[in-house]
Amino acid sequence: MNPPELLEGLRRRFPDVQAARGEATVVVERSGLLEALAYLKDERDLSFDLLSDLTASDWPGRFPRYWLAYHLLSLEHRHRVRVKVGLAEDDATAPTVTGAYPTANWFEREVYDFYGVTFQGHPDLRRIIMPDDWEGYPLRKDYALGGVGTQYKGAFIPPVDERNA
Amino acid sequence: MAATGVREETMIINMGPQHPSTHGVLRLVLELDGETVVSARPVVGYLHTGIEKNCEWRSWQQGVAFVTRMDYLSPFHNEMAYCLAVERLLGIEVPERARVIRVMLCELNRVASHLVWLATTALELGAISVMLYGFRERELILDIFEMASGLRMNHAYMRVGGLAMDLPDGATDLVRDFLGQMPGRIHEYEDLLSANPIWLERTRGVGYLSPRDAVALGATGPIIRGSGIDYDVRRTTPYGGYEDYEFDVPVLPDGDCYARYVVRMEEMKQSLWIVEQCLERLPDGPVKVDDPKIRFPGDLRVGPDGIGNSEQYVRHIMEESMEALINHFKLVTQGIRVPPGEVYQAVESPRGELGYYVVSDGTPRPYRVHVRDPSFANLQSLPLMVEGGLVADVVACTASVDPVMGGVDR
Repeated sequence: MNPPELLEGLRRRFPDVQAARGEATVVVERSGLLEALAYLKDERDLSFDLLSDLTASDWPGRFPRYWLAYHLLSLEHRHRVRVKVGLAEDDATAPTVTGAYPTANWFEREVYDFYGVTFQGHPDLRRIIMPDDWEGYPLRKDYALGGVGTQYKGAFIPPVDERNA
Repeated sequence: MAATGVREETMIINMGPQHPSTHGVLRLVLELDGETVVSARPVVGYLHTGIEKNCEWRSWQQGVAFVTRMDYLSPFHNEMAYCLAVERLLGIEVPERARVIRVMLCELNRVASHLVWLATTALELGAISVMLYGFRERELILDIFEMASGLRMNHAYMRVGGLAMDLPDGATDLVRDFLGQMPGRIHEYEDLLSANPIWLERTRGVGYLSPRDAVALGATGPIIRGSGIDYDVRRTTPYGGYEDYEFDVPVLPDGDCYARYVVRMEEMKQSLWIVEQCLERLPDGPVKVDDPKIRFPGDLRVGPDGIGNSEQYVRHIMEESMEALINHFKLVTQGIRVPPGEVYQAVESPRGELGYYVVSDGTPRPYRVHVRDPSFANLQSLPLMVEGGLVADVVACTASVDPVMGGVDR
C-alpha cells in the first residue's frame, strides 16, 4: 500500500491523479510522457528509479484503443505508481523510454510483439517472443484464440473461443 | 583491429536453445574473440505458451491453473500473486488460516526453488554431489506439496478467496520434520562449497553487475541484492501478511556470482525461519472466504486416485439440496464476477519481483492478465555480466541469473 504523502507529492504535478485499491494512477498525454517520467524519476520525494513493468491493453471500439501502463517503483520511498498513456488505433506509437529506463527495452519489444504498438527511438524493435516472421499481433482482442473442437463420447465440444462460458 | 593482426575476426557461437546449461530453452548468440566474449545476445520465446491470452478466455478461478504453470519452479508464488490481485479487485480478505498457509507454502517453495538452483549450478560448475543433495532435499518439500495439494508441481492449490482445501492431517508434522533436517543440510552444502577453491575460482569476481546497472536494467531478487541493493518485495511493499513475520533480507555489495550464491543460501535459512513462525501461529478456522458467491464450491480432498469431492458433498448436491447444486453449477461453469478495475500486485518470487497486472471489465473473465516475470527482466542484465569475460564463465553467469524459461516466455 502506498503512503498518503505519495498522493500529495503526485498532485503537485498531476492534479487528477487517481487513487483506487491502494494504488495511484497518473494518466498522461503521449506528448508529455517522457517529461512526466523524468519528473517522477528526478523529483526528490518521488524518485521512481525502477521500472517494474510495462505493458498494454486493447479496447477495440473505444477511444483510445490501446492503453500503455508503466509501473514504477521507488526503492528509496517504497511506493509505486502507474502511468497510463492512451493510443489511438490509427496512430499506435509512443516514444521509447529506454533512455531513462533501459529495462524497458524488452518490455517495449514485448508490447510491439503482442499489440503492434511501435516505440519511436527504440534501439532494437523486433519481435521478442513470437517468431520473427509471425503475422498479426496475438494479444489484440480481434486476434482469435484459435484451437480445435474435440469429440468426446459422441458429443462435440467447440474450441474455447466459441463456447459460452 | 585488423591492422594489429591480433584480432582479425570474431566467431559467432550459438549456445542453446537446446543446451544442458541454459536452464531450459534459452538461446545465447555469443560473439567470441578466442575465449573472450565480445557480445552476448539472449534470444527468448522458445517456450511461449500463450497463457496471458488463454487467461482472457477462461473464468477467474480457472486462471489459477494457468498461471501456476508459468514459472514452474515457483508455482505457489504465481498462484499467490494472481489470487491476491483478483482478491484486491474483489475487495476481499482471505481467512487468517489461509493467509498463514499461503505464506508457509511460498517460503517452502522458495527453498525448493533455490535448491534446484543450487543443484543445477553446482552440476554445471563441476560439483556433482551437490546436485544429488539438492534434488534429494527438494524431494522432501515436494512430498509436503503433494500431501497438501495432491500434486508435486503446478498445484492450483490457492484459489481466489482462499485455498482449494485445508491441509490434511499430518501435513504440519511433515513440515516440522523437514524443519528439523534442513538447517543441517544447508550447513553441509556450505561446507562443500563456500570455501571450495574450485567453486571460488568459478564464481568470485565473475559476472559483475554494478548496483546502478542492476536498477537500470530492472534486475530484482537475489541479483539486485547480490549487487548491494536492499530490495525485497516482502519488505518494501509487503503483501499477504508478510509484514507480521520476522526475517532478514540478505544483501551483499560484491555484485558477482559468489554474492548471488551467498544471498540465496542465506535466503533459504530465512525462509525456514518464516516457516517456523507460520507453524507457531497457524490458527484453526476456515480456509475459504464465507461469501458463497465467491468461494469455490465443493469439498475437495486428496484421495489415492487424485483430487475429488468428498462423498458427503456429492451426496449433498446430488440428493439433498437443489440450491446447493444450482450454486455449484453456476460457480463452476460461469464463475465469479469481478468488479471493473485494474491492479498491479507484486510478490517476491525466488527470482525477484513477480508482478501481476490484472484488468477486469466486470465480466466473468479477466480482461487482461499481464505477468511481469522476474526472469524476463533479469535476463536483460546477462550480457553485461558476460561481455568481456571468458566463454566458460557464461555458464556460471547464466546459472547465477537463474532464469526459468517457462516464466520468461509465458
